[in-house]
Amino acid sequence: MKLQNYTTSYFAGVLLVLLSIWAVIFYLEMLDEIYDSLDDGLENQKMLVIQRAKEQTDILNKPEFDDGSYTIKKVSPNYGLQFKDTYRDTLMYMQNEDDFEPVRMLESVFKLDNSYYKIKIVTSMVEEDDLIEDLLFSLIMLYLGLIVSILLLNNFILKKIWNPFYLLLNQLKDFRIDKDKTITTSPSKIDEFNLLNKRIEQMLGKSVESYNSQKQFIENAAHELQTPLAISINKLELLVENNNLTEDQIAMIASALNNLEGLTRMNKSLLLLSKIENSQYDDDETVNLAEISKELIEDFQDLATHKGMKINFVEAGSLNISMNRQLARVLISNLFKNAIIHGAEENTIEVKVSNDKFSVSNAGRTEALNPDKIFSRFQSIRTSKRSNGIGLAISKAITERYNLNLNYEFTGRHNFYITR
Amino acid sequence: MKILIIEDEQDMLDTMKNFLEKENFVVETAVSILEARDKIGIYEYDCILLDINLKDGNGLELLKDLKEKEIEDGVIIVSARNSLDDKLEGLNLGADDYLAKPFHMAELNARVKAVLRRRQFKGANKINIANVSVDLDEHTVHVDETELSLNRKEFEILLFFCSNQNRLVNKTALAEHVWGDHIDQADSFEFIYSQIKNLRKKLSVAKAELEIKAVYGIGYKLVVL
Repeated sequence: MKLQNYTTSYFAGVLLVLLSIWAVIFYLEMLDEIYDSLDDGLENQKMLVIQRAKEQTDILNKPEFDDGSYTIKKVSPNYGLQFKDTYRDTLMYMQNEDDFEPVRMLESVFKLDNSYYKIKIVTSMVEEDDLIEDLLFSLIMLYLGLIVSILLLNNFILKKIWNPFYLLLNQLKDFRIDKDKTITTSPSKIDEFNLLNKRIEQMLGKSVESYNSQKQFIENAAHELQTPLAISINKLELLVENNNLTEDQIAMIASALNNLEGLTRMNKSLLLLSKIENSQYDDDETVNLAEISKELIEDFQDLATHKGMKINFVEAGSLNISMNRQLARVLISNLFKNAIIHGAEENTIEVKVSNDKFSVSNAGRTEALNPDKIFSRFQSIRTSKRSNGIGLAISKAITERYNLNLNYEFTGRHNFYITR
Repeated sequence: MKILIIEDEQDMLDTMKNFLEKENFVVETAVSILEARDKIGIYEYDCILLDINLKDGNGLELLKDLKEKEIEDGVIIVSARNSLDDKLEGLNLGADDYLAKPFHMAELNARVKAVLRRRQFKGANKINIANVSVDLDEHTVHVDETELSLNRKEFEILLFFCSNQNRLVNKTALAEHVWGDHIDQADSFEFIYSQIKNLRKKLSVAKAELEIKAVYGIGYKLVVL
């Protein structure tokens, strides 16, 4: 959830609770005030009626409300003495509404000329349901009004305030340490944002610096190792040509040579990997993966035949990608090599090219490999001494360079596929 | 045959010189562009091995000079940079071949001999060893007068061995030469063995006076019987 919406939802929740509590209290207070005022009116009216009764004795016997708002009825002194004034809510038929409507009624007893009279005075009062309805409606309006104001505030004011934060965030979203793009920030009036900008710039600067120097180191190291390795291999080869060596001595030299060659291969791979990561291959052209596959299958045929494997090629479409041809060959040949080296002998390797997918699959171990680790360097299962575990990392780096996806899937067979 | 190696790395220079001298070439060396210019100005060479990164400049400049002065020596660029740009530029400037460091001496040997053959025979060329004759234009091999039927890879293998007669050919070098660079990390090079076996069989059936000998754990050697 976005920061803005998050605060808004909080406000909305808190406001809902606050407004509800407030509404109940307000309603009760208002009702109390209304009753108080009504009761005062009734009391006043009672006194007026009693005053009038002193002059007009005929109203002393008025058992029905009829057109007036009171009834008077003579009661026994006993009853009269015991009676206490009561105010209560009751219902009364109203002709205009054609319904029973709530009224407030005062019942009281007064004494006149030694007789006791019971008087009932009514006054129409607010209809509570209408009141609640009106109140609720106003409250909803108020609530919505508040939410809209908060949203507007958030959108205009908060957005403006948080602007530097979002600017930074947007750049971070697109930031990749291997791309030559730095983050630029503009000074803000808010100290916290300035601090954040400064720290992030520093941190990223440090990271990029160490990333670059690490990359540079790997490349330099690999580069510097090349010649000494080649010279060592060449010297050992010259030594073997010497005819007075015993078989044991030759075996020892052979072992040294094999190890040196393994080192050379790994070195070459590391060099290639850092070259790809340094984007040193930039002459892109349209490359047809199906065509390259055909060429490479031809090259790998002997190796596959040696392991009793058959390479099945299915061309269900053509996949053209704009990339460096040399890298395309490396990408595909690494997948082939991987399939041949780790694949089960006497089995098939399926290579399939369609309009949007290139896949290589082989039979092999019966459990899936860990897809999170398989593309990392030096993570291969060492079933073979000749595999140095960089091939797939190189393929991954190439696909990343061209914004392609290289994925692994286990469906009884090990499947590696490239999609756009 | 005279060869000039222009290389500023002394160890590398010694190894190359040592190897090529065993092939009975006359080898001269230069460690800088300045020294190389002096030598090229005085002597004529059949083949020049030119390193691109030299202490006093870029080897490609020297190549430009050579071509401007219409010096017809064969040139093989040897570069540690292995960049496509260098390769294309070098070949455009008139180099005969491009070899990326590090390389196997057998590979260098094969390349040098190919350049020499192309220059000397102007294309029509054959290699004759014992009773075997390899025709590089027709891609055919004859033992005495009978033609030997070889597939493309077997032919490439035999040719590579012929260029490195009596020399140890590392199986990695052979694999990279015949199957291409990208085969380099393939599971052991045992698959080469079956090709060699076939080739040996064909040679012996045809009574060729050549034998491909295995050098334990390292590679092979072509010897005349």
